[in-house]
Amino acid sequence: MTPEPIRRTLTIDPVTRIEGHAKISIHLDEAGAVETARFHVVEYRGFEAFCEGRPFTEMAAITARICGICPVSHLLAAAKTGDKILAVGIPPAAEKLRRLMNLAQLTQSHALSFFHLSSPDFLLGWDSDPAQRNVFGLIAADPDLARAGIRLRQFGQGVIEALGGRKIHAAWAVPGGVRSPLSPDQRNQIRAGLPEAFAIAQQGLELFKHLLDTQLREELQVFGDFPSLFLGLVGADGTWEHYGGRGIRVMASDGTLVADGLQEDDYASFLAEAVEPWSYLKFPYLKSLGPEAGCYRVGPLARLNLCERIGSERADRELLELRQRGGRVVCASFLYHLARLIEIVACLEQMERLLDDPEITATHVRARAGVNCHEAVGVSEAPRGTLFHHYRVDANGLIEKVNLIIATGQNNSAMNRTITQIARHYLCDGNLSEAMLNRVEAGIRCFDPCLSCSTHAAGQMPLHVQLIGPDGALLQERQRP
Amino acid sequence: MSVCTLRIDERDVAIEAGSTLLQAAREAGIAIPTLCVLEGLSPVAACRLCLVEVSGSEKLLPACITPVQEGMQVHTATPRLQEIRRTVIELLFTEGNHVCAICVANGHCELQDLAVEVGMDHSRLPYRFPDRHVDLSHPLFGLDHNRCVLCTRCVRVCDEVEGAHVWDVGWRGEHCRIIAGLDEPWGAVDACTHCGKCVEVCPTGALFHKGDTSEEKHSDPGRLQALVHARHHRQWTP
Repeated sequence: MTPEPIRRTLTIDPVTRIEGHAKISIHLDEAGAVETARFHVVEYRGFEAFCEGRPFTEMAAITARICGICPVSHLLAAAKTGDKILAVGIPPAAEKLRRLMNLAQLTQSHALSFFHLSSPDFLLGWDSDPAQRNVFGLIAADPDLARAGIRLRQFGQGVIEALGGRKIHAAWAVPGGVRSPLSPDQRNQIRAGLPEAFAIAQQGLELFKHLLDTQLREELQVFGDFPSLFLGLVGADGTWEHYGGRGIRVMASDGTLVADGLQEDDYASFLAEAVEPWSYLKFPYLKSLGPEAGCYRVGPLARLNLCERIGSERADRELLELRQRGGRVVCASFLYHLARLIEIVACLEQMERLLDDPEITATHVRARAGVNCHEAVGVSEAPRGTLFHHYRVDANGLIEKVNLIIATGQNNSAMNRTITQIARHYLCDGNLSEAMLNRVEAGIRCFDPCLSCSTHAAGQMPLHVQLIGPDGALLQERQRP
Repeated sequence: MSVCTLRIDERDVAIEAGSTLLQAAREAGIAIPTLCVLEGLSPVAACRLCLVEVSGSEKLLPACITPVQEGMQVHTATPRLQEIRRTVIELLFTEGNHVCAICVANGHCELQDLAVEVGMDHSRLPYRFPDRHVDLSHPLFGLDHNRCVLCTRCVRVCDEVEGAHVWDVGWRGEHCRIIAGLDEPWGAVDACTHCGKCVEVCPTGALFHKGDTSEEKHSDPGRLQALVHARHHRQWTP
């Protein structure tokens, strides 16, 4: 008797070289073709709950602890929300210093994503030994490149340390401004590190562009190339923005402006979050278009798609080349990697400009006030995309309610679409080939997800993939340490 | 002036009669950990960190309130005492919610320093995570009960030095906490003069300046000692 065809599910658990704990399941239909793939985020930390009852002035320090990679994003979003609760305009030098810190963070986080986490995939090969396909393998294979990546990250971290006193979790941005000014000596020290950082960024760009033109052509088509909306901040004159600017812009993949000048205070009117029972990560979407059509992407690629120009010479040159490669609005998620490298150049150029500004060493950097507003929303562009902090406080400034909308969460639908596309392309005869697992996992890595942030959760994990039948039974399983 | 002679940790010490063992030890350069005691305020022996062994006594005695006696043999750092001190610090940490990473006093906290001093690298006791609240009703200062160790320095300084007596200890057992006025919000207590002495003497981040963010509290209990000394001796300038 011929056995009846069955639907199956493959699970990759956990996904490695991302920040946080997740697994992937691939659901097969009766014919053995991929029906859908799901990115499950399996951890939960509950920051929104335990912040209740704390003074709002502590929120920067508390929420920075959500993540060790991008604490600055939470610091800035919390401080900006705090500014609004105080209802003060912060000293101009404070805004410039906050911007400087965010640029440093974008640099170090993008360097981590590209050089440490993702480059082993394309430099060592998708099908190379998983035990070697990591930063240590990279150090063995190309020590100069590995060292350069580490140096670039070190530069960014060094700027954060110069400003905030420590590399990680410097609770330096506070409601009303920042705690301490930048000394002329520190400014000169940062400036001295810029030439090497530029050179490393350029090295990464040249390398990656060469790979895109040669061995990574297929990935460009398969790794999440689909139309969607893009959302992020833009500057006052339509330039690239990472801190404030004129508001939030939403653009469709054909370049149509869906919305522009949206204010973070109104986020609840234009964003909604869907919930699925199989993941702790919510699925935000543009309310007016619904969960499917309202799916949007945030992060480096979105920021580059949304702006008219970056506003600095070298980065604009690279942006032009990106658009020649991928169109005015780039839909290929694999180009998130290239967007990160371009943003590093943009960050370094903007840092150079800020350091030349005499006001950057001004000593009046903090405005003080009491509670003048009971509800506020702050926004900043984190390395992975737009980050919202929303607090409600009582008359004395104790937190009554917190809502955090994190970049990775906003890319959730896009990540699921990406892995479905990859699984469909690479799955052969319903079998879990190493090549497919590697590529599905790498599809997630395009988005550099930070699950610690997005579920306010943390963890470390090897790879675990399951193949599950239509009745939910586990049919096949593979695990990597 | 009559003088007592005694032996502390095998060292001969001579000190004015009526002094405490703690004063005698400090005079001899022997460090005994303390938390609730603060020069310039009356001692209450609440924290039990300064317990010492005295020959002839079955009980351990708090050095901060035990008067010296002629011929006393005192040991301040036996393994038994070290174990007790570590346990005391662990109890203080586990009965409250002390999250150093986000605390206003991080890096300038006497409790944190004591944990290092007694070698508390982790707690052997389970954390209790009590449900406590923060009082931000005062226009200048805040009180976070999560970080209070009930040393009562605030109670004593407000009563003995400022003379306002805003603070007291209310409730019993595990519900014991510092209360303002008749257990009112601090901001509603008219007796408070807004002098900030309680904030200055608090050894942890329990009392703080409103608006302070993590690590921003740098109090100096020495200022209180200088103030008390100046009042007592009528010497306002050095």
